[in-house]
Amino acid sequence: MAELQLKSARFRAEREAEWRRLESLLAKGQAGAGRLRPDELLEMPLLYRQALSSLSVARSISLDRGLVQYLESLCARAYFFVYGPRTRALERLTRFFARDWPQAVRSLWRETLAGGLIGAVAGASAYVLVRQDPDWFYGLVPGALASGRDPAASTAFLRQTLYGGGHGAHQGLDLLATFLFTHNAQLALFAFALGFALCLPTAGLLAYNGATLGAFVALFAARGLGFQAVGWLMIHGVTELFAVTLAGSAGLSVGWAVCFPGERSRLDAAVQAGRRGALVMIGVVVMLFAAALLEGFARQLVQADLGRYAIAAASGLAWAAYFYWPRRSRPA
Amino acid sequence: MRSPIAALRAPRPLPAPAGPRPFVTPEGVDLRLAAAAYADRMSAFVLDGLIIVGVLIGFTILAFVAAWGFRNVTIGADGAFIIWLLGAFLLRNGYFIAFEVGPHAATPGKRLLGLRVIARDGGRLTADAVVARNVMRELEIFLPASFLLARGQGVDAGLIGLGVVWSGVFVLFPLFNRDRLRLGDVAAGTMVVKAPKVTLPPELVAERAVDDLVFSEAQVDAYGIKELQVLEQVLRRGDRRTMADVARRIRVKIAWDGPTDIPDRSFLSAYYAALRARLEARALFGHRRQDKFDRP
Repeated sequence: MAELQLKSARFRAEREAEWRRLESLLAKGQAGAGRLRPDELLEMPLLYRQALSSLSVARSISLDRGLVQYLESLCARAYFFVYGPRTRALERLTRFFARDWPQAVRSLWRETLAGGLIGAVAGASAYVLVRQDPDWFYGLVPGALASGRDPAASTAFLRQTLYGGGHGAHQGLDLLATFLFTHNAQLALFAFALGFALCLPTAGLLAYNGATLGAFVALFAARGLGFQAVGWLMIHGVTELFAVTLAGSAGLSVGWAVCFPGERSRLDAAVQAGRRGALVMIGVVVMLFAAALLEGFARQLVQADLGRYAIAAASGLAWAAYFYWPRRSRPA
Repeated sequence: MRSPIAALRAPRPLPAPAGPRPFVTPEGVDLRLAAAAYADRMSAFVLDGLIIVGVLIGFTILAFVAAWGFRNVTIGADGAFIIWLLGAFLLRNGYFIAFEVGPHAATPGKRLLGLRVIARDGGRLTADAVVARNVMRELEIFLPASFLLARGQGVDAGLIGLGVVWSGVFVLFPLFNRDRLRLGDVAAGTMVVKAPKVTLPPELVAERAVDDLVFSEAQVDAYGIKELQVLEQVLRRGDRRTMADVARRIRVKIAWDGPTDIPDRSFLSAYYAALRARLEARALFGHRRQDKFDRP
């Protein structure tokens, strides 16, 4: 019989059962690794290695392309299963908040400083400009955002916006908070992504954000409401501005890594910065959620200036301690 | 002996195609994964986009119905709207991330096209990499889209035009590198590969109806591996007319003088078995004959 002379056909007849077994275990495991019994789990790496060796053998002795393609696909699937992520969701979550996120934020301190500086300088310039010539206000703040709070408004109206229901007087506070959260989070994600375009757009966005803020404060300061306006802004602003600055700095770090990769290759540098930035961004979304709660609820419920300042200071201290408090670095 | 002219005419080895890329497992075996084609990725993205839009529309209708139904309850309508806002936000940002973190490392659209996301260095695909590659989509899809939707006159129009060109660079980025990486893949260290599920085809040498066909050494030396694998394809597809055509050509090429009344399929599978046996035996001794031009 010619069949028996064909080593590749004999090889296939001998090994086929193993491959089929691996295939069925894979199908079961991909529906959820918990469905595999312990003995099946132990069998998996063995079968995987056997399939790999089959692939090597088949490549060298078999000219049956269908067979080689099948084995390549089988081995790839088994590879991704065997070397797939193993940590559980809860474990990953605690590790993220306990270690990964603060660590990522700490390692971005230079960019955070730069981002904060950009925002602060832009804010200060806008403040000075608007104090000197209130017309600047219209150029810096879009009408929709100002919603009547511009140099033409009366002092009484401005005061009322600080202590009344704000711009959400007619809506429920929870709705306002949700809207603010989704809007700010989308903007922060955008700021991060823009960083890849060589930093400049992100820096622009940070500067613009700072300038808007500076113009607002200048408007209220001109009517002697500066102290109150800062309290109104900062009760959530500490958290929100910190989050936005972090998003911007994560973007800056990616752009910087692409421009100046240093000793690493440009691709490696981008990957390192990109993954670290992504970690920071997950946290930024959480921070913005907290900021929206403060803005939507706390600001409307706490009407005293000193109370607002106290909350602002407390949130600032809490974030700073969480991120930058020195802690022992444990090996991963 | 081959004349110099024949040597010139012989096909030269083509430059390495942008096909499989080395992907070596820790066990030292190269899996030869192929980067997914741009068209496949686009199709997958369009499919995912359709799913997202479809779910969003259904979700919106549901929210409206709920808001109408609860219009008399204090927080009812607001509650529906809040859920809608959060749902839309989660859908836009979480859809890709949630599916790619899962066991298939692919969104439904990618799975339909047989694609999956891998870490470029062969390591585990981590959650931060998945987040990074998907957040970058803001730059690749929403930035160009917002430029395209923007309106302006005079200088503004010029700026918007420049913006379209600038952001177009990000959209077309995958076409300009070998691994078809988009910006998100660059920043996350990932790539998208073809990983289709292939079923094991039946063994062709087992189905021989006519056992007594004997081919001479010269007859099985007529072809190389490339032709063998084309023949394999023809047999597996089993199209009657193609088989008749191929059988006729082979009979001429090898100057077949045996029985002429055997059906084409039997003849072809007998010849396939003989050719494969010959080529595999030669390969075992170190000579893989690539095609019929590859003379020993």
